[in-house]
Amino acid sequence: MRSTVAMVVLALVGGCGRAEHARLGFGRPATTEEIRAWDLDVMPDGTGLPPGSGTPSQGAEIYGRKCAACHGRTGVEGPFDRLVGREPRQGFPFGRDPRLVRTVGNFWPYATTLYDYLNRAMPLTAPGSLKPDEVYGLVAFLLWRNEIITDTAVMDAQTLPRVVMPARARFVVDNRRGGPEIR
Amino acid sequence: MENAPLSRRVLLASVAGAIGAHALRKAGVAQVAGSAPPSQVPDPTKVPGAPLSELGRRSPFERPRRIPVGGAQGSSLAPLQDLCGIVTPADLHFERHHAGVPAIDPSRYKLLIHGMVERPTVFDLADLKRFPSVSHLYFLECSGNGGAGYRGARPDLSPQLIDGLTSTSEWTGVPLATLLREVGVKPGAKWLLAEGEDAAVMARSIPIDKAWDDALIAYGQNGEAVRPEQGYPARLVLPGWEGNTNVKWLRRIEVADAPFMTREETSKYTDPLGDGTARMFSFAIDAKSIITFPAYPVVLPEPGWWEISGIAWSGRGRITRVDVSTDGGRRWTRAELQAPVLPKCHTRFRCLWNWNGSETTILSRAIDETGYIQPTLEQLRAARGVGTYYHFNHIRTWRVRRDGTVLFGLEG
Repeated sequence: MRSTVAMVVLALVGGCGRAEHARLGFGRPATTEEIRAWDLDVMPDGTGLPPGSGTPSQGAEIYGRKCAACHGRTGVEGPFDRLVGREPRQGFPFGRDPRLVRTVGNFWPYATTLYDYLNRAMPLTAPGSLKPDEVYGLVAFLLWRNEIITDTAVMDAQTLPRVVMPARARFVVDNRRGGPEIR
Repeated sequence: MENAPLSRRVLLASVAGAIGAHALRKAGVAQVAGSAPPSQVPDPTKVPGAPLSELGRRSPFERPRRIPVGGAQGSSLAPLQDLCGIVTPADLHFERHHAGVPAIDPSRYKLLIHGMVERPTVFDLADLKRFPSVSHLYFLECSGNGGAGYRGARPDLSPQLIDGLTSTSEWTGVPLATLLREVGVKPGAKWLLAEGEDAAVMARSIPIDKAWDDALIAYGQNGEAVRPEQGYPARLVLPGWEGNTNVKWLRRIEVADAPFMTREETSKYTDPLGDGTARMFSFAIDAKSIITFPAYPVVLPEPGWWEISGIAWSGRGRITRVDVSTDGGRRWTRAELQAPVLPKCHTRFRCLWNWNGSETTILSRAIDETGYIQPTLEQLRAARGVGTYYHFNHIRTWRVRRDGTVLFGLEG
């Protein structure tokens, strides 16, 4: 109410000011096509996953062609981020041991994140170039290599959100609040 | 000007330090690696000066440089020891990119806001600039900053190599709250996804309360357009929150009722703790400080009066106090805070010190308006574990040796 009054007053006197405004009407409505073209995120409940599917063996073939040069033949050799490895399986001791390497299998809390990330950012030299079946295949390959799904499991919009990652329960919300306590 | 010769000698020491402390004894200012200042400068009162120019340049005697580490996916560190005051020149602002710096034509730039909103809307750059604008000085900091000083630290680390992933700018833009009012947020909305237009299409989930509080979509930095490395033509600025959430080259905001769990908030930018958990959404930067002078590679040429200087900052508000110790932490002196002391912004502190020439350790600790006191390394390790990652805000210490060299030291 107050803001409306302020705007009316400004309009009447033709002056200028710093009114708290409700809407100024700049910008234009987004089209459905624009939103669809950019809306590529995938949420843990599967929202955003497209049609398509892939298996570990299909993914293995793509991995060899498009990923192995950076992440190693089996996902452990590098030179870039190590993707495969379940050790250590007990205790989640990453905060105690700085030598431990965080991988998809021992650290990533959500399987859907794999789809989201590979689809938006990989491979490094051709980001955004993978088709849905390729992404599903690569996700399936990495989950299989990390001993999270079987070698015949099919990953698609229904099965991927149901995959429970080993480290999922280890993630907690930030409890720092300022004040004298060191957390 | 009694101390002018001292200042000059410190300057020489600092500049020469860029090529190694030991080089000071051999090298004068004219021999700094890679630079080419005039070898013979005539008496400037006896020759006409240089003409006007369209674009200013630094003095050829000044050569501050970032240190890039890791190529297009890496970061570059700002030369904290070469800066004064609190504002970082835009071309020295630290960088952190996940897939390089994108080239974006501002005439084609679009910001899409959609999801749980009444009116999904596209704003172009002119739209953003037409909204009522605000300008604020805020620091930005990569949450990995300080990691080099947390474990296995080398003594030959400069302020730049320890804490160079933080910078302060005056950011100008439109409050995100203005845009949210414009598009109309639906009931039940709790999070938003902020996504960049780089080759990583870098994306982070942000609690919507931050948007209503002080989030900004910035198109201006220190009086000019945001630099490409800092998100040209428009970026998100979330005051006090870890750098990664301040999404650069912002192209899309999706409003939702839950976080999206992107890679950068799950496998990265989560803090493994000593108790076998990992902290998610650890947004705020806790209070910290670092002495930037005297610090490696500076060499103090003689005992006597020296002004200890540094920066302090907190993502939770204003710095209220900085204590400095020149005896390894036994006694603390309250440093002078240089105005302006602004919330979520670097604060310059200073403390005059009469060095008696004996070996000692100097250190600083920041206190913010929440009463948080910058912890010691031992306190932080006890709270989070030696293997933790991100948000390394422990006290930084410098060992001043009898020969005037200053080395980074973990212990007091």
